[in-house]
Amino acid sequence: MRNVWTFAVREFKHYFITPIAYIVALVALLTVGILFVIQIYYAASQSLYYGSTAPDASIVIGPLATVFLLVTPAITMRLLADEQRMGTMELLLTAPVKDWELVVGKWLGAFLFSLTVIAVTLIFPIILNKLVTPGIDQGVMAAGYLAIILLVAAYLAVGTTMSAIFSNQFAAFFATLVVLMALWWLIHLPTYVVQSDAINTVLNYLDLNTRFTSLMTGKVALSDIIYPLSLTAVGLFLGSVVVEMRRWQ
Amino acid sequence: MIRATGLTKDYGSRRAIENLTFEAKQGEVVGFLGPNGAGKTTTMRILTGYMPPTFGTAEVAGYDIIRDSIEVRRRVGYLPETVPLYPDMTVFEYLTFMADLRHIPDSGDMVDEVLEMVGLEQRADGYIAKLSKGMRQRVGLAQSLLHKPEVLILDEPTIGLDPAQVVEVRNIIREVGKERTVLLSTHILSEAQQLCDRVMIINKGRIVAEDSPENLQSSLVGAERALVRVKGESEELAPQLSKIAGVQNVKVRPDGALEFQFAPGQEIRPAVAKAVIQAGYDLIELSPVGMSLEEIFLELTRDGSESKKE
Repeated sequence: MRNVWTFAVREFKHYFITPIAYIVALVALLTVGILFVIQIYYAASQSLYYGSTAPDASIVIGPLATVFLLVTPAITMRLLADEQRMGTMELLLTAPVKDWELVVGKWLGAFLFSLTVIAVTLIFPIILNKLVTPGIDQGVMAAGYLAIILLVAAYLAVGTTMSAIFSNQFAAFFATLVVLMALWWLIHLPTYVVQSDAINTVLNYLDLNTRFTSLMTGKVALSDIIYPLSLTAVGLFLGSVVVEMRRWQ
Repeated sequence: MIRATGLTKDYGSRRAIENLTFEAKQGEVVGFLGPNGAGKTTTMRILTGYMPPTFGTAEVAGYDIIRDSIEVRRRVGYLPETVPLYPDMTVFEYLTFMADLRHIPDSGDMVDEVLEMVGLEQRADGYIAKLSKGMRQRVGLAQSLLHKPEVLILDEPTIGLDPAQVVEVRNIIREVGKERTVLLSTHILSEAQQLCDRVMIINKGRIVAEDSPENLQSSLVGAERALVRVKGESEELAPQLSKIAGVQNVKVRPDGALEFQFAPGQEIRPAVAKAVIQAGYDLIELSPVGMSLEEIFLELTRDGSESKKE
């Protein structure tokens, strides 16, 4: 575990000496901020005619999910691919460190960085809380942040695995993007081709989007928490297997 | 201590090393000598736990490289051929990071100690990206020494260094090699001669010769050679040299110097010097010519093909 932490700290610090951290943070906060303002104005104008339906924290969390879908590949692309390219993988794989410790440590570093960005977005619900009376639903906000944290953990695990598979950062970037888009938007695509209840059941189970949305709006179900967690675990396991397999090349 | 038994590694259909069996004892500096692509790096990567062999196994510092890979890695210091560094870190940060991965207590003190060993105390806070190639090499060496490893494996440790740095690095290796096991690879014969107690010549994945550098050279070199350089034209000197008893195969080199062979152990140079001066030339240089690695290889492969015919 100590090695995991050593890798995580190194990785976390690394984000702040590269432009990626600032670009990612800027894109995330700017997008969420703009949408936040639009939503507030929209809600305000609506309330003039239809009475008050005060927005909740999901106007922040919802866009954040899409933003992370797009920035995760940039956050994770270099994690292991860069070690491969620079030749430092040889250093890490000959250190007394288990392969999974390396993969999990890298992921944890990216996760801590993402948590930092997510933490900054807390200013929006705080502002919202001041704007609406009697304040926003704290329970929904907590569920929303739980949902986004679990989602980002799973996203990053996919990205870490792709970075282990490809020694080219850009290949890792696009592979991550494709897999995440498939999980997020395209999961029901096969049902347009084949009509089958069995396939439908499986795809419904794998649908990250629906589970996330459900959790975000405050319907806390255990299975919606377990799914992103297991996706994270599977991703990190596969990443470790890939690193191990590279040794055998 | 290193004990390799029947190490074989295939990359797809290409066999990189075949059935390597060798030993390196504590307090011994052993050199792997061979051209690029001979399998030196592959062997080192197997011994350091970077990758498993296809067949065979090895024991390093008392542990099996396959079953107890982590234990082996704890006890081995490794400097890969392309020095693995993070340019965005300072020297001190990098070494502390590596010390942390190795769970070294008081990592700061240890980092200071190795920095002193490689003579980089002044550059501890400098970014690795700003260092010269020689300095980077020394940072890599420092990294391999951090945990006072029982076994040190160095892949081309002096490549790309300027002559002064080469001397420094060799001194460090010699110092470390007194108590620990050092396995290093090189393609420079003189380096192997200076540093190693024992040399293994490896070619096309096989060990083709193994002995002390002195024995290797005398057994391989059928004839010794020397070079004569005189002031002015020297071509007419060649036939005169040939007349001296024991001098064989006189050749004029493109730079005007003469080269000749003589039987090993025969002290022929005084006679040559006298002859040159008596012939009215001004002698500038009379020196032995070492056998280059390339020639040793030619020699070895020729021996191999001849013995097969028998």
